[in-house]
Amino acid sequence: MGTTESSIVDSARARPGLLLVALLGGLLLVDLAAKLAGVDLGPIGGALSADRLGSNLWSGVVIGLVIGLAGIGLSMTYSILSFANFSHGDLLSTGAFTGWGVAFLIAGFGDVPLRALLTVGDAGSATPGDIGAHVLSTPLAILVGLLAAFAVTAVVALALDRAFYKPMRDRDGISILIASIGAALIVRYVIQFVYGSDRRGVTASVEASNLAFGPLGISVNAHDLTIAVAALGLMLAMHFMLQRTKLGTAMRAMADNKDLALVTGIPAERVVTATWIIGGGLAGASGYLYVLLRGTIQFDFGWLLLLLIFAAVILGGIGSVYGAIAGGLVIGIVFTTSTIWIPSDFNEAAAFAVMIVMLLLRPEGLFGGVSTA
Amino acid sequence: MSDASPPSGEGGSPADGSAPESATAALIDAARRSDLGLVLGTLLLVYLAATLLTFTDGLNSVVGLMRTLTFLGLVYALAALALNLQWGYAGLFNIGVAGFMALGVYTMGIVVRSPDPAFGPPGFGLPLPVGIVAGMLMAAVVGLLAALPALRLKADYLAIVTLGISEIIRLFLQSSAFDTFLRDTLGVGTGGGRGMGMPQNPIRELFLVDGQAGTPTALGDLIFGVFGESGLGISNTILIDWAYIAVLAAFVIGFYVLLERLGRSPFGRLLKAIREDELVADSLGKNVDLIKIKVFVIGCALMGLAGILWFGSQGNVSPTPQFMPVLTFYVFIAVIIGGSGSNTGAVLGGIVFATVLFEGPRRIGSSLRDVIDAETPPSFGDALVSLDPTAFLAYATDNIAPLQFVFLGLILVFIMHRRPDGILGDRIETAAAVDLSERPSGGETDE
Repeated sequence: MGTTESSIVDSARARPGLLLVALLGGLLLVDLAAKLAGVDLGPIGGALSADRLGSNLWSGVVIGLVIGLAGIGLSMTYSILSFANFSHGDLLSTGAFTGWGVAFLIAGFGDVPLRALLTVGDAGSATPGDIGAHVLSTPLAILVGLLAAFAVTAVVALALDRAFYKPMRDRDGISILIASIGAALIVRYVIQFVYGSDRRGVTASVEASNLAFGPLGISVNAHDLTIAVAALGLMLAMHFMLQRTKLGTAMRAMADNKDLALVTGIPAERVVTATWIIGGGLAGASGYLYVLLRGTIQFDFGWLLLLLIFAAVILGGIGSVYGAIAGGLVIGIVFTTSTIWIPSDFNEAAAFAVMIVMLLLRPEGLFGGVSTA
Repeated sequence: MSDASPPSGEGGSPADGSAPESATAALIDAARRSDLGLVLGTLLLVYLAATLLTFTDGLNSVVGLMRTLTFLGLVYALAALALNLQWGYAGLFNIGVAGFMALGVYTMGIVVRSPDPAFGPPGFGLPLPVGIVAGMLMAAVVGLLAALPALRLKADYLAIVTLGISEIIRLFLQSSAFDTFLRDTLGVGTGGGRGMGMPQNPIRELFLVDGQAGTPTALGDLIFGVFGESGLGISNTILIDWAYIAVLAAFVIGFYVLLERLGRSPFGRLLKAIREDELVADSLGKNVDLIKIKVFVIGCALMGLAGILWFGSQGNVSPTPQFMPVLTFYVFIAVIIGGSGSNTGAVLGGIVFATVLFEGPRRIGSSLRDVIDAETPPSFGDALVSLDPTAFLAYATDNIAPLQFVFLGLILVFIMHRRPDGILGDRIETAAAVDLSERPSGGETDE
């Protein structure tokens, strides 16, 4: 199936679906406009303040940036190693726990026992308030924690590759996918064993945590701003790496056409190593930022986020780094703005539904299968 | 199956006793001779281990542990068989098993539950068989809706779509808004995050009038008299559970026979042809899409039934701990252990997974914990700081659950590395009806 059909037949088959989606999208937009204007037109319309829409959009962008950042690594391993890595979500948790351990160490050094700091509050009875980690009060700790999250997760991702994936390099995608489920179980439950299973608060609360931008009349949560700046910075760094360095070119070549890349003499294993270091590191950093966003940490949060990250990657077209970022933003915004129409129980389901519809109607993604360009 | 082997453990089987030195060799030998022998032999080994673990606590504990292990082994075998039809026969990588099982059991619950909202979420109050059929149909219909477009996708995309569907199903069942919506429109409910009580198990009514404890029927009187408190001292609940296990065993055999017959039919040969090479099957003029949809729908209906038999007997179902995607991966591990494509492997994989990998480490961990004479440190950090290996061991045995999952992950990776075909993988059913590996000698027939 799918080998001989012409694209015309394919798009003709897809058209009723696309039409339906376009109609639904149009209806939602009209409804949104009616809601903002405060007009009630039978089933559509209602009341919605511009403030609420604005704050929904902003939090959607922040979540979307974190998911997009996590999606970069997933997308890279998908295109360069040709398998869906189910242990990617647990790399987020790895980065979050190790990074916050380091951040706590710096923020609370001397006042709180070491074991409480390094286990992110699992041992001992120190509360987040005692440790006092917040970007406004301990900016250095938060920054070093982010770097530590990147570094440790890169090492863990590389170790997983050497131990589990390297011996399977020439196997089919499904076999490696299954092995990655095994790797996910191992990482997740080692984290639970070491850091405990309970959900706990991480960030301290400080006075006036909202930064007001006087002339613009908006105020932004300091953590949200930190996340946006850090995520955008990492994405920009990624962009320059891909476009300006020899390694980046080699990566794009590997993703685009592996055989051709090998023929031209690109050192495949070195590119794979770099992929794991960068992809894993970005996953760890995004896990760390996600905890900064939520303020709480739990051993399986990365796993629970994995499907949303997949949704972002699929939306942008598997294999495309820029697509993953765009997909992350779309998923983040769907996640937060869908609550305007549906109960908040379903916002995650809405994000998954967007992913499924995308896969069915346009499996090549938003940008039509441009891989890592 | 379980009835055939008396729950006494120490009886042993002559097949096991004859070759105690090389147990694995004997097992593999038995595998080649008899599938049933292999499954029963595995069960007996499990029973032997269960007896060793609990014989100090008396017969009731021994039989109780055997009951738990057999129940889990059989329900995993059911789910693994259903998955084997989709994955092993047709190569459809469906990781939404948990969702389809949830659909089956929830639909059954809604159809059968009393319409009176006084007892929790109301239902339609129809008889149980109607509920079971409705549950299977619902799983099949949702499977059809998922399959129609999704089967055009590549295997790993199909995996992500089915995982997404399974999560959407769970989130809907979890949602109180969906519960309210159903109550307002159809007058039935799901119970949201609190879950739903399951209808009375008819097996219980065989032994107890109206299922009330203390009012046994004639059969109940007889059985309880011989094996129960006044006889061998086994508690009534455990006896009733064993009767249900017999029903489960009958269903496992039913699934097995159905799948074997399906596999040997022309339809089954087509399935294997698609698994081996889709392009060839397509080129031969077979309607590959239609066949894939059919097998996906049948598999989903069987998953629905497996969900009903498994969770429907558990008293209460709730979406979040029970139908998380990890359940799907358990079933996958069971199929992978047995070797995808082999029905006997699926049954065996279900039993081995549930007993050796799932329940085994917990039981052994708690037994070890009883031996260690030390207080459990409250956290890993404390255990490490104490620099006391005994305290660390106490922490490890008290937190055996995460270690067990680490172990499961290692097993999964190990199997994918070393034995991607599973324990019985070499018996993967060939696509051809005749054995192609043995060529007829001589070429004179070509004329």
